[in-house]
Amino acid sequence: MRLAALLIAFALPAQAGEIWVTNEKDDTVSVIDTDTLEVTRTIQTGERPRGIVFSSDYSRVYICASDSDTVQVMDPVTGEILHDLPSGEDPEQFALSPDGRHLYIANEDDAVTTVVDTQSRTVVAQINVGVEPEGMAVSPDGKIAITTSETTNMAHWIDTSTHALFANTLVDSRPRHAEFTADGAQLWVSSEIGGTVTVFDTATQAETGKIRFEITGVNADLIQPVGFMFTPDGGTVFVALGPSNHVAVINTATLEVEDYILVGRRVWHMAFSPDNSQLFTTNGVSGDVTVIDVAARTALKSIKVGRFPWGAAMRPTSN
Amino acid sequence: MFKRTAMAALFSIALTPANAEVQVPVIYLQAKVALPPVLSNLDPVPADLGIAGAETALQDNLTTGGFLGHAYSLTVVKVEPGGDLIGAANDALARSGLMLLDATAADILRVADLPAAREALIFNVASGAPGLRDGDCRTNLLHSIPEDAMRTDALMQVLQSKRWTTLALVTGPKPGDVAFADALKRSAQKFGLAIAGEKDWTFDTDLRRAAAAEMPLFTQDLPDHDVLLVADEADDFGRYIEHNTWQPRPIAGSEGLEPMAWAPVLEQWGAVQLQNRFKDHAGRPMQSRDYAAWAALRAIGEGVTRTNAADPATLRDYLLSDAFALDGFKGRALTFRHWNGQLRQPIPVVNARALVVQAPVDGFLHQRNELDTLGLDEAESTCTAFKG
Repeated sequence: MRLAALLIAFALPAQAGEIWVTNEKDDTVSVIDTDTLEVTRTIQTGERPRGIVFSSDYSRVYICASDSDTVQVMDPVTGEILHDLPSGEDPEQFALSPDGRHLYIANEDDAVTTVVDTQSRTVVAQINVGVEPEGMAVSPDGKIAITTSETTNMAHWIDTSTHALFANTLVDSRPRHAEFTADGAQLWVSSEIGGTVTVFDTATQAETGKIRFEITGVNADLIQPVGFMFTPDGGTVFVALGPSNHVAVINTATLEVEDYILVGRRVWHMAFSPDNSQLFTTNGVSGDVTVIDVAARTALKSIKVGRFPWGAAMRPTSN
Repeated sequence: MFKRTAMAALFSIALTPANAEVQVPVIYLQAKVALPPVLSNLDPVPADLGIAGAETALQDNLTTGGFLGHAYSLTVVKVEPGGDLIGAANDALARSGLMLLDATAADILRVADLPAAREALIFNVASGAPGLRDGDCRTNLLHSIPEDAMRTDALMQVLQSKRWTTLALVTGPKPGDVAFADALKRSAQKFGLAIAGEKDWTFDTDLRRAAAAEMPLFTQDLPDHDVLLVADEADDFGRYIEHNTWQPRPIAGSEGLEPMAWAPVLEQWGAVQLQNRFKDHAGRPMQSRDYAAWAALRAIGEGVTRTNAADPATLRDYLLSDAFALDGFKGRALTFRHWNGQLRQPIPVVNARALVVQAPVDGFLHQRNELDTLGLDEAESTCTAFKG
């Protein structure tokens, strides 16, 4: 998916696109046009939509409808729900395998990670993990899946060929989100209550770094890292800091925080525009999306969406 | 032995992985108190109040412990009113140095001062008494239930932020009512609110029938006020005041707008997850004492997870260190105050249907941590047991 986005970006510099935002308390998706920066469509979903991800060819969008206990598969052109996938109870976040075949779903109420075959629409495996699984990631080679559990405070390392856990590594309190670097060499995990981001070496599962945050005038315990994304060149990571209403900009080589950008209230997750020049953050409490100029590291605009926007995903549109 | 068994009902839940490297037995010791009769039968006190919170935390800890080779067990010991609390406590302390203690302030001190408790780590999960955080503090005693002043400070921050600063106060006759009224008065002074008038509730009519007739008259001669405070910690007459006052005024304190450690209306900050786990287990909504017991056993779990040890001294050191941070589903990390062992925590101020504001309220600042605007601060506490 990352490669596809990159190729498209090079081929069409002014690539048009959309940012899809799930509105947790409106049961809708708001679709934002990345050129006009306006909401062009609002699409009904199941109850309490949170995680959202597109298939690698962008022909399908998967949406976690947490309170409907299902993953909905939608045609992004028509907004029609094509079918539901079995997801286990209370799906919150998920990750798609690089080949697009399997969805790895965190079932928050059940302390389980569910693996679903997107073609046969069946549950392939359920793996017992810690209490309140949330963050999900799959390594670029597809060999490792990660679930983070919010109350157990661990990253659980799953061998995707056997669906067995091969490591459980402690992180700080309430881990929320996990991402592999593009080369797969590192795993990054954010801890919301601990206020840190932990960096692991994938080969050894050993902790190699920890990032802390400090914003003048903001109490330390309100700086709560949640969603984050790497820039396509891998040099920078943007981290949403929840109720501190800031996004941190981290240099991935030095692990130094270089900037803090003020955004809307309780910032959750984010997505880049197709040309990666803009970053869109979902702000749960203020009910809007902040558009950030990636190069200048400044907020450009707020766009009102539905109630409690949570997840975000990008879809390029041809023009 | 027979006598002791008759006095103390024992329940034990244990799950022991065969390869467990660290055993973590925890005792929940409850000195039951005879509950006074109250006017309404609508909200009986659950028989498993507190205990069900500890049991929910046990499940959380067991799941985590399963990955780490840590085996937790919880033994509940109940002592009937007038029973041999000291005998039961000595038995319990012989089995484990980790104890959740559900008792009055006086009984908590009797247990904490036992020779057998000297090396133990005891969590007060029930008493908000100020003395336990002040001159009567004990080295071996931490508090996961908020002190009364944390709750009343939270309420006053909310009222001050709304500019509802002139108050009247109705206080019930029971010692708990009077203690809570004292805390309300101290907090009002701390945050610059005025209590313009006070009345003691002394009526013994059956308010289920007479509230509409009695309450307007009872509240008629209070000086003008923005909010009527009610100190009714026994949950006796307070429910009959709202919408029966002479002047149309909101009610706050033990009734109406209430500062709580936990309430069924909390849903932010992942609280729904904890509410659901608790409800699945106990079949009822989670209350403050359940939350205090849950937080205490989760703190033990977090300590064992991070230190790979279960001895009280190691855990106490860790819990009082800067490294400790517990996710308590209230949006900020929970930590222990190093000067008196009180668990620092936000206090939700709620009504029957929703969270109104969670304290600390924006704008109430503190040089160390905004949570320390709630309750006895370091400079005010005369506790010396935690020094050095």
